[in-house]
Amino acid sequence: MIRIEKLTKNYRTIQALKGVNLQVNEGELFAYLGPNGSGKTTTIKILTGLANPTSGDAYVHGYHVVRETLEAKRQCGLVPQTINLDHELTVDENLDIHGRLFHMSARERAARIDELLDYVGIRERRNSPIKHLSGGMKRRVMVARAMMHAPKILFMDEPTVGLDPTIRRRIWSLVKSIQQSGSTIFLTTHYIEEAEFLAERVAFLDEGRIVAVDTPQNLMARLGTWALDEIVNGDMETIFFQSREEANRHLGKQQGGFTLRRVNLEDVFLSVTGKKVVP
Amino acid sequence: MRGCLAIYRRELLILKKKFFRQLASMSVGPLLYLVAFGLGMGQGVQVQGRSYLEFLIPGLVAMSSMTQAFAIASEINIARFYWRIFEEFQAAPIRNIAYVTGEVLAGITRALLSVVVILLIGLLSGVSLSYNIFFWLAVVLNSFLFASLAVGLAMVVKSHADQALLTNFFITPMAFLGGTFFPVDRMPVWAQKILHFLPLTHAAKIIRSSAFGLTPDRFSYLLLAGLGTMLFVVAFLCVNKAKE
Repeated sequence: MIRIEKLTKNYRTIQALKGVNLQVNEGELFAYLGPNGSGKTTTIKILTGLANPTSGDAYVHGYHVVRETLEAKRQCGLVPQTINLDHELTVDENLDIHGRLFHMSARERAARIDELLDYVGIRERRNSPIKHLSGGMKRRVMVARAMMHAPKILFMDEPTVGLDPTIRRRIWSLVKSIQQSGSTIFLTTHYIEEAEFLAERVAFLDEGRIVAVDTPQNLMARLGTWALDEIVNGDMETIFFQSREEANRHLGKQQGGFTLRRVNLEDVFLSVTGKKVVP
Repeated sequence: MRGCLAIYRRELLILKKKFFRQLASMSVGPLLYLVAFGLGMGQGVQVQGRSYLEFLIPGLVAMSSMTQAFAIASEINIARFYWRIFEEFQAAPIRNIAYVTGEVLAGITRALLSVVVILLIGLLSGVSLSYNIFFWLAVVLNSFLFASLAVGLAMVVKSHADQALLTNFFITPMAFLGGTFFPVDRMPVWAQKILHFLPLTHAAKIIRSSAFGLTPDRFSYLLLAGLGTMLFVVAFLCVNKAKE
C-alpha cells in the first residue's frame, strides 16, 4: 500500500531524511513516531506530493509519488498538522471545494458531504463558517475533508496536537472507526499513548532514520513487561523486568524513591535512541 | 479543467463573502481620484481636446484593472502563509496550469468588477464614453497580464511583507506614471522612452482610444497579449517553487 525505498530529503544544509525504507500494508493503522524535527512531516509531505524527495522512491497504492503524482494524489487523503481550512467559508463549502478539486460530480459531493457530516458528528454546524467552530470541531472537519474523495490511504499528521484529552479521545474513536471501514491509516504523533492505543505497527524515526519497526507489543516485549524507574546518583535510571516478581526481588526491602510501572513505547524509543519523544 | 474551476469557484466564494467590503474598497480610490483630480484640480482643464474628467476615467480604468488584478497576489498569500490552504491545492490531483488559470481568472474577475464600479461612478459624474469591444478587450488583456504577474510573484515570495514591497516598488509607481493622470507625451522625451516600456502605458493608451471612439493601436494589444502570455507561463513554472 505504501512503499518507501532509500528515501532522502535535503533542505539546504539539513538532511531531513537519510535513506528511509518502509512498507505499510493495506488496511493497516501505522504510527510513525519520533521527536519534533525527526522527519515525520517531511515523509508525509513527500508521500502526499507536497514535497519532492532528493533521492529514493516512494509509492502509494502502486503509484510513484513523483512520476505518477496525480494518480498517487488521488489515493491519498491528508489531515495536516496545522488547521488549513478556509475560515471564511462554511463547513459545507470547505468540503464541496475539496470534492471539486478531486473531480467529484455534484451528486457525489452532495451525498458524500451528508454522509461525512453524520460520520464526524458535525451535521448541525454544516452552515457555520469555520471561524465560528471550536478547535475540536475544526479537526473533525479536517478529517471529513480528507475522507471526502474516499481515499485508499489517510495520512494524519499529528491529528490531536493541541487538543484537550476529551476531544483527543473522540478523535481516536474516529480514527479507529475509519480504519475499521477498511482504510489504511498512516499516523504521525509524538503522543506515545496515542500510538500505543491506535497503531497495529509503529516505526520510530530519529534524525531522519528509522531505528525500529514492529508491533507495539513486540517492541515492548523486547525490553520486558515491567519498568522500574529509580533515581541513582541524581539521575533517573530505568530497569526492565520480565515479571513483577522479578522486579520485587530486585527492590528487596527498598521503600520509596522508585516507580514500578508497565513498559511503554517511550521506553522502547529511549532504549534505541537515548532520547525522549517529546516536543 | 475541473481543477481550474474548483480554484476559481473558491475565489468567487471568498469574493462573495466579502462582496460589500470589496466593493467599498474598490470604490474609495477612484472616488478620491475623481474628486481630487477630476472635480478639484481638473475643473475647466482640457486634455487632448476632452474634459479632464473624460481623460481621467479611462486612465482610472487602466489603473484599477491593474491593481485589482494584481491584488489576487494578496489573496494567494493569505491562503499560503496565513491559512495554509495552498497545501490543500497542492495535495489535490490538479495540474499546476489548472491552479494558475483558476487564480488568473479570479484576478480578471476582480478587475472587471472594479472597472464596472468606475464606469458607474463616471456615469454618476456625467461622463459617458464609448465602452465598445476594443475597450473591454484592452481591459481584459491588462487584467490578464497583471493577474499572471501576481500569481507568479505570489509563488516566489517568502512572506506577505515581500509582496507588499513589490507592490510599493512596481505597481504604485506604474499607477502614477503609466498615463493614468496625464498624457505620457507631456513628459520629456527620455522619460517617454522609459514609460513606453511599462505595460500600463500601453493599456491606458488603448483603453482611452477605445473609450474616445478612436482606432486603438494594434501593437499595444499585441504587446499586452504577448507579455501577458509570457507572464502566465512564468507563473506556471513558478508554482513548483512554492512547493517546499
